[in-house]
Amino acid sequence: MQLDAKIPGGPLEGKWDRHRFELKLVSPANKRKYDILVVGTGLAGASASSALAELGYNVKTFCLQDSPRRAHSIAAQGGINAAKNYPNDGDSIWRLFYDTIKGGDFRSREANVYRLAQVSNLIIDHCVALGIPFAREYGGLLANRSFGGAQVSRTFYARGQTGQQLLLCCYQGLMRQVTKGQVQMFPRREMLDLVLVNGQARGIVVRNLLNGQIESHTAHAVVLATGGYANVFFLSTNGASGNVSAIWKAYKKGAGFANPCFTQIHPTCIPVHGDYQSKLTLMSESLRNDGRVWVPKQPGDKRPPPEIPESERDYFLERLYPSFGNLAPRDLASRAVKLMCDQGKGVGPTGQAVYLDFADAIKRLGREEIEARYGNLFQMYRKIVDQDPYETPMMIYPAAHYTMGGLWVDYNLMSTINGLFVLGEANFSDHGANRLGASALMQGLADGYFILPYTVGGYLADTRFSEVTTSHPAFREAEAEARARTERLLSIRGRRTAASFHRELGMIMWEYCGMSRNDEGLKKARKLVADLRREFWENLLIPGSEADLNQSLERAGRVADFLEFAELMLIDALARRESCGCHFNEAFQTEDHEPLRDDANMCHVAVWEYAGEGQEPIFHKEPLVFENVKLTVRSYK
Amino acid sequence: MSGGNINLTLRVWRQNSPQDPGHFEVYQVENISTDASFLEMLDLINERLALEGKEPIAFDHDCREGICGMCGCVVNGRPHGPERETTLCQLHMRRFRDGEVLVIEPLRARAFPVIKDLVVDRSAFDAIIQAGGFISVNTGQAPEANTLPVPRDHAELAMDAAACIGCGACVAACPNASAMLFVGAKISHLALMPQGRPEAARRALAMVARMDSLGFGNCTNHRECEVECPKGISIANIARLNREFIKAALASPEKI
Repeated sequence: MQLDAKIPGGPLEGKWDRHRFELKLVSPANKRKYDILVVGTGLAGASASSALAELGYNVKTFCLQDSPRRAHSIAAQGGINAAKNYPNDGDSIWRLFYDTIKGGDFRSREANVYRLAQVSNLIIDHCVALGIPFAREYGGLLANRSFGGAQVSRTFYARGQTGQQLLLCCYQGLMRQVTKGQVQMFPRREMLDLVLVNGQARGIVVRNLLNGQIESHTAHAVVLATGGYANVFFLSTNGASGNVSAIWKAYKKGAGFANPCFTQIHPTCIPVHGDYQSKLTLMSESLRNDGRVWVPKQPGDKRPPPEIPESERDYFLERLYPSFGNLAPRDLASRAVKLMCDQGKGVGPTGQAVYLDFADAIKRLGREEIEARYGNLFQMYRKIVDQDPYETPMMIYPAAHYTMGGLWVDYNLMSTINGLFVLGEANFSDHGANRLGASALMQGLADGYFILPYTVGGYLADTRFSEVTTSHPAFREAEAEARARTERLLSIRGRRTAASFHRELGMIMWEYCGMSRNDEGLKKARKLVADLRREFWENLLIPGSEADLNQSLERAGRVADFLEFAELMLIDALARRESCGCHFNEAFQTEDHEPLRDDANMCHVAVWEYAGEGQEPIFHKEPLVFENVKLTVRSYK
Repeated sequence: MSGGNINLTLRVWRQNSPQDPGHFEVYQVENISTDASFLEMLDLINERLALEGKEPIAFDHDCREGICGMCGCVVNGRPHGPERETTLCQLHMRRFRDGEVLVIEPLRARAFPVIKDLVVDRSAFDAIIQAGGFISVNTGQAPEANTLPVPRDHAELAMDAAACIGCGACVAACPNASAMLFVGAKISHLALMPQGRPEAARRALAMVARMDSLGFGNCTNHRECEVECPKGISIANIARLNREFIKAALASPEKI
């Protein structure tokens, strides 16, 4: 496996311009000769589909749900970053770039992150033109708020539903292209395999979830925008259908998988409250603009919050990180919450929660203003927990939220397989070991609207293609394999459902590969996962048949992939001999329990190559070279 | 979190395929935590059905936090159940009494054929958006974001309308199976933003024509849609749709 990141030379500020000039172009009349498949319709997939269609390519777009509008980008709450500097508070492209690199604990590529900051402003321009009802000041101009890991206000937002508004406008743009005939939409399809011909990605095999039919589609390039794999933890803030399957299939066909152990645990989620629970609900990071996080100073203090006087409260984020306070980055905030709970200061019935308190903000700004800023989040909290957060502090605890790891891509967003491009959360590219809030929406749209449309053209113009149809043996073989796997799953006829295996896998991963990791636990988890996988293939129970809508079968396929993937996550966590960002190995920490990086030996992207069933994956390294920023100890104190 | 458990009798619509006439089946559920969500209750029944060798109840869901619009069925005659401004996934069992009987059906409308059990085909909503529920701007064409100020109250009203999650509860609640609230919300969102004005007339004519052709009924002011909308979309948006439509039909040169 060759890892050439193809980072253009020259000064950082000019790399993207220069690269765009150097990329070959496909002439307008020739674009219609190329077919491109896009899998996934979140921000990255929907924006890529419409931008490619606008250019004149023939696009086929696939999604799992009944409509592309359901993709989980829709659940993003807080906002989207850009370096507009509208508040005049000292922001710049360079500062957004630096904050993102530092936030990622110096484990991402300079050139990629700088480009992300550069195109961030174009995204806001485009989104406003698409009609997104962003929050506005009374003068009619765009409003901003602050997010974690930044000391400027650069986040644009639409109440607590920014992801929804961005996704719906993207989706509407996609529907416009469907009307024009430039995009053919395939909802309720699940990708079962990637098809390679002469080493090039030339198509995919999907299952029609309504009738079980296996369908093949050919193309000149395949784009995966299938999101993250936080559902490996079973309980996460992700939607129920979120999975690793599409990128896992690509990995098994030769795409390198980068930094799989970099998983973000979000500090502010509604705590776990029962074993029937199916998901964890995020309370937007934007709440930390006005909410103050605290625990009682005395371990085991069970008094209700109003009875605990100020002097007996520990506002621990403000104490630990005075210059960022409650807006400390997610990885640090999550670990601080866990530390408090481990010290017995956790609150609520399980002791696995801390308070997020709005009393001061309500005093300062009035209830009405707080309602205007966070009304929908407060309402959501009340529905789930049955307590009124205007009256009593919220209780929050960290939960699996986002995955920085993903398929390795070069500067063109192309994986190690020619013609296979990977966008958004599904790739590894921009967030290093920890993503800053309001940067996922930015990255998804940057990839789809402003990067891929150029780089795909460069690939197509520079590549010779043979004629390929779905009757090519590679498609026949992939179809047969997909059918065989479905039959194998259905024929086990054991006594445990896929959901029950998924829950157990999630518990293993959360316990041993969650917020805090150690070698012993990771090794133990490898064995537990291997045992569980064995049991899965002997004892799985799937009711129903493959010939119609069968949600149990869909789930089983995804859990089967998670059971394989989880082991790669553990292997990667073991191989990273340092703590950085969200990856915290207890053996590598400072006296203050902060992560201890090893820049001399670990300043690289870990990329794993599939070596066949039952074989250890092969490790490759992409060294990270920092020419423009100095690697420092990340301090938010 | 209140704690406590309840027992319920469920009458659930089971239908194998679009052609199958369908029927109700009765399930007793015991010891359901009142802190569980409605969908988590269905998960528990499905786990039990699977272990008994029976087919689980098919139902659509994804985000489970009330925003994707994928879930939704009719509980005791009400889309998304009894609680106001709440999707089914956000409805918690503490809203029900011990011993209650719940009748659970798919969202019913001619334009939403049943696929299986509680799963319906809502692709008609996509078809309506395809007719004109967008602003025609290509990537790269946009002017600087602050070029055009938008009065704050317009942006807020637009956001109120844009909060629609496309779940289809409004259609299922309406005696005419009208999609006017869904269409009104999208027309309002885009008509209230200055960026959406150039196409406003064309959009109103095209979306209404598409809605009619897909078999949705008309609005006769029952206002059930507004009551059942999980996002509290106001029927003022239907009034705005009517205004936009009449303006377009009488005064604009657009013809659809």
